[in-house]
Amino acid sequence: MIGALRSEFRKLTTVRLWWVLSLTLFGYVGFTAGLLAGVFGSLGDQLASSPNAPQLPPDALPPLIYSTVTAVGYVIPLILGALSVTSEFRYQTLTPTFLASPRRGIVLGAKVTVLAVAGAVFGIVGLVASMGIGGSILAVSGIDPQLGSADTWLLAGRVVIASALWAVIGVGVGSLITNQVASIVVVLAFAQFVEPILRLGASIWDWTAAVGKFLPGAASDALVGSSIFTSLGTGTTSVQSLEWWQGGLVLLGLGVVLALAGFLTSWRKDVT
Amino acid sequence: MRTRTIGSGTTLQFTNLSKSFGTVRAVSDLSFTVEPGRVTGFLGPNGAGKTTTLRMLLGLVNPTSGVATIGGRRYSELEKPLATVGTALEASDFHPGRSARNHLRVYAAAAGIAPARVDEVLGIVGLAEYADRRVGGYSLGMRQRLGLAFALLGDPDVLVLDEPTNGLDPEGIRWMRGFLQSLAAEGRTVLVSSHLLAEVQQTVDWVVIISRGRSVYEGSLDGLETGQVVRIDSSDRAALTNALSSAGAQVRPTDDALLATGITAGEAGAAALAAGVPLSLLITESVGLEEVFLQLVGSDADGTAAGTTEGIARVSA
Ligand SMILES: Nc1ncnc2c1ncn2[C@@H]1O[C@H](COP(=O)(O)OP(=O)(O)OP(=O)(O)O)[C@@H](O)[C@H]1O
Ligand SMILES: [Mg+2]
Repeated sequence: MIGALRSEFRKLTTVRLWWVLSLTLFGYVGFTAGLLAGVFGSLGDQLASSPNAPQLPPDALPPLIYSTVTAVGYVIPLILGALSVTSEFRYQTLTPTFLASPRRGIVLGAKVTVLAVAGAVFGIVGLVASMGIGGSILAVSGIDPQLGSADTWLLAGRVVIASALWAVIGVGVGSLITNQVASIVVVLAFAQFVEPILRLGASIWDWTAAVGKFLPGAASDALVGSSIFTSLGTGTTSVQSLEWWQGGLVLLGLGVVLALAGFLTSWRKDVT
Repeated sequence: MRTRTIGSGTTLQFTNLSKSFGTVRAVSDLSFTVEPGRVTGFLGPNGAGKTTTLRMLLGLVNPTSGVATIGGRRYSELEKPLATVGTALEASDFHPGRSARNHLRVYAAAAGIAPARVDEVLGIVGLAEYADRRVGGYSLGMRQRLGLAFALLGDPDVLVLDEPTNGLDPEGIRWMRGFLQSLAAEGRTVLVSSHLLAEVQQTVDWVVIISRGRSVYEGSLDGLETGQVVRIDSSDRAALTNALSSAGAQVRPTDDALLATGITAGEAGAAALAAGVPLSLLITESVGLEEVFLQLVGSDADGTAAGTTEGIARVSA
């Protein structure tokens, strides 16, 4: 198992993808967090005086901005996880992999573990962007970035966990949809269109909202405890949310189920 | 490289192996043994089932029935697989964005092999100079060498190589031949597949020939160089064929003459004279290896399997 872990770790760090996605995440989250901090920071007074605008007390701003790592950036660890599997199928590196470690379940277990760690690292990279850039802009706008508050660091911890779980879910998705292009298309389509539309649709009635809170993105926001989506929805629609630990369990369960399904299908197939 | 004593080697055993991909029967009831201390050639035309057979040995493909073992154990039961069997399958099992050194380190890590061994095998196959280049930029021959480096990582008792000379330059091919023979001389088991008999002719001590998933010959190369044929012709081929057949010969027409077996040139001439058929050609020829090979695997000019040669008739009966 140690060997398999080392091997998977090396696989991840010896191709450029890791760096490309880290930078993408940093840029994407940094830009979004910076933009939000700038807009809400400078327009806060105007928004507060306009009754139709979303109501955001200044205290709610830092968590909202810091949580952009997962609220908008979760697709990046998800893609990293999916690519870590699909590239093995695409470049037929499963052949040497299974020659060196014939027990395929152990290989998948090692991949899940290493990707969870990688996802956590991505979470930290994202936090550096959201807290560094977003926090600085808040401070410049005269809003307390709450970097000294325990709640902020608890949120950061939960962001790291969520990011790790997203990477694990990615491994599951890649194991089920082994075609690289198809896998990325499905991930992007789900994250950018399907899930947001479902979440919006689900918030119309109470009973749909009760189901909608189990959507993976909603569960992720529940785990983190704050999100641009839930905050903006407050008051206008019937958004429901799980407890943070329930959100974590939903993501973990999803990752485990997908990875198991992948193991029972593509991972046990003939490697030709 | 360690030196080892001949006799302590590892035997490969293929027992009644069959594999179907949907309706395609890739391998049918194939049985043979590969002994240590010599180079065994595994021959057959394209699509004969060589790669599929090797992948079944290595636990990559699940047999439909039958079993293949390494020293009595299945691949998945080996404690140190890379130290037992070294494998080079195809020249395409690489991530193009990874360097050769990192490629080998990934699998060395999985098998618990020291990183120093990576540099060693890169040296052995002559890639040390290019080790830090991304494999995507490698030539076919360089990839083939990297494949061999992977096979050598664990300093294994058994080497299984699928068409290892594909893409190698003449010097590389010569080097590979000598290298494989030296490995076998150390007591290792070496199994090399090829679709060309000529390519392995100088290297192998033993051959297993398969055609359409079935074994058609297993034995030494000498055993293949069987018999002689009489090349004979006349302006009246029908009459000549009759005369030779009634004299007990098997006659096969080719483009420029008839080929008769089971008869000497003298007997053929006498039979023609007795039947009053004038001859335009009468030569004795020894059948070349390549021709025997082609006969065995049954590839006629039109590409369909002949199915009439003795070997095929025997195993498919
Ligand atoms: N994954 C697969 N799905 C379906 N058919 C397959 C698969 N792999 C191999 N086959 C079929 O099995 C047969 C044997 O193929 P195999 O690759 O073992 O032949 P080979 O002897 O290695 O040929 P070559 O000399 O071309 O490498 C072929 O008919 C091939 O089309
Ligand atoms: Mg082949």
